[in-house]
Amino acid sequence: MSLESLTYATASELSSALHTGKISAVELTEACLNAIATHNSEVNAVITLCEDAAIAEAKAADLQLHNGSAGPLTGVPLLHKDIFCTRNVPTTCASKMLRNFIPPYDATVVSRLRTAGTVMLGKTNMDEFAMGSSTETSVFGVTRNPWDLNCVPGGSSGGAAAAVAAGFAPLSTGTDTGGSIRQPASLCGITGLKPTYGRVSRLGIIAFASSLDQAGPMTRTVEDAALMLQAMSGIDAGDSTSADLEVPDFSAGLNQPVAGLRIGVPKEYFNHNLDEQVAKKIHEALDELVKEGAELVDIELPHTEQGIATYYIIAPAEASTNLSRYDGVRFGHRCENPENLNDLYERSRSEGFGEEVQRRILVGTYALSAGFYDAYFKKAQQVRRLISEDFKKAFEHCDVIAGPAAPGTAFPLGAKSDDPLAMYLEDIYTLSVNLAGLPGLSVPAGLINGMPVGLQLIGRAFDETTLLRMGHRFQLRTKHHLARPTMAGANQ
Amino acid sequence: MPTIPADVLSVAQLARLHIDDTALDDVTDRFGRTLNLVAELEKIDTDGVVPMSNPHDMHQRLRPDCVTESNQREALQQAAPAVADGFFLVPRVID
Repeated sequence: MSLESLTYATASELSSALHTGKISAVELTEACLNAIATHNSEVNAVITLCEDAAIAEAKAADLQLHNGSAGPLTGVPLLHKDIFCTRNVPTTCASKMLRNFIPPYDATVVSRLRTAGTVMLGKTNMDEFAMGSSTETSVFGVTRNPWDLNCVPGGSSGGAAAAVAAGFAPLSTGTDTGGSIRQPASLCGITGLKPTYGRVSRLGIIAFASSLDQAGPMTRTVEDAALMLQAMSGIDAGDSTSADLEVPDFSAGLNQPVAGLRIGVPKEYFNHNLDEQVAKKIHEALDELVKEGAELVDIELPHTEQGIATYYIIAPAEASTNLSRYDGVRFGHRCENPENLNDLYERSRSEGFGEEVQRRILVGTYALSAGFYDAYFKKAQQVRRLISEDFKKAFEHCDVIAGPAAPGTAFPLGAKSDDPLAMYLEDIYTLSVNLAGLPGLSVPAGLINGMPVGLQLIGRAFDETTLLRMGHRFQLRTKHHLARPTMAGANQ
Repeated sequence: MPTIPADVLSVAQLARLHIDDTALDDVTDRFGRTLNLVAELEKIDTDGVVPMSNPHDMHQRLRPDCVTESNQREALQQAAPAVADGFFLVPRVID
């Protein structure tokens, strides 16, 4: 295996090569660091690099591989979205507010993946506080899509998606509050899984909207997503919303057939909001699953359109509460020469938060304020239940729901920056899944004019196994996930 | 519906945000457009629908009321903007 091809291998292939001694973890880590050094100046996916620590972790992994104590992810490099707290490593949420924040502890996801033997290369760029769909609101500048450097990678986990697509690492963590794993996965041509709410601990993930946030794997294949989810999942005493459920063996069922499974196709996902060429690609993808023996069923999700309004009340309301902790006192940005305590609060927050974050704090504060709570927040929580009931009714007729992950392919940088409402529409097919707390998977489904399209599969709560099985069968049958951007192709 | 600058300033005061005079009209416009977007929920009949605050209607676990963390004052205060003698420093509140 050449050093160059290492950076495009899957984690499963790399694990095999590491365990059979064909490569060492140090060689693999150096290959990834080299890819980042070569191309990150163009893509800007990685904002913190941990070269020395990564080599040290790789050496430790090589020892485990030699003494027989290695697991399936031992020695496999990965990147963390910069929303996960990493002990003694800057964790900024891509915000001026946390530009100098160095956490004294690891997020549970970070510690679990560390225990699994992965090698942390660094941290990836994102929309500030995960609020965005294009990775253009970062204080570190925009991330560019490896498939077309003039286009966005999606967001908010855009750095993570671009990094995997560009061959910087086979694995990256992401978080998904309204589509922030699946939409960038779709736009960058990689595999992204948002697990069921509660499947993965949120301890140490900088909070955006606590009833919606969930961490998940961003990888090249579904097989790798299963491996990574296994290491991330499970109850955590530090997160009282983590589910007290046994974690299934996600890899064990991957090779089971999908014949007889019913795929629900919601008509509301194929209306005027969806690009016609994307619709064609999604139907072609569904045809492939039919050839595997799956059955298509027409279903309805009647409150899909209202998902946006519901989300843009609940998420900002929860965000306004969560972000009230940034007051310039205990940690985070503090303004210069405050005149009094109120001046310290107001100027620290206004200087530290970007425009989109402040906009959402305002909307959230308004929705929770006396006199407007019932009309906005309570109303949104009621419609949230209707959306959840829609899914429950739909799953009486199907095992998986399928549709697009995003309404189009990647759009040019700056195209939607001045129109927040147009940006919000990017998540129309993903955010209802967060409101209902369900798992969602995006897998590459082909290219349109050289740009990737993602097929989204939505499952019942805590049934990631069926999603992964269907996604894996799709990737065994099609080769869309093997396509690589030309920019990274120069790296081969 | 607070689409006039005075109303936005009132919400900003609640949120402890400072809005520059030069940005106020633009912030007001975008704030108003966002509220118009979410106002479409008014059309939906939600009579008798129980609000949903958690996706699985789960009850959060309680843990035994005992100390689980050791004192890490120095480590935690390393991230603070200003400290002295183990305290967080803020501007004088009472003259």
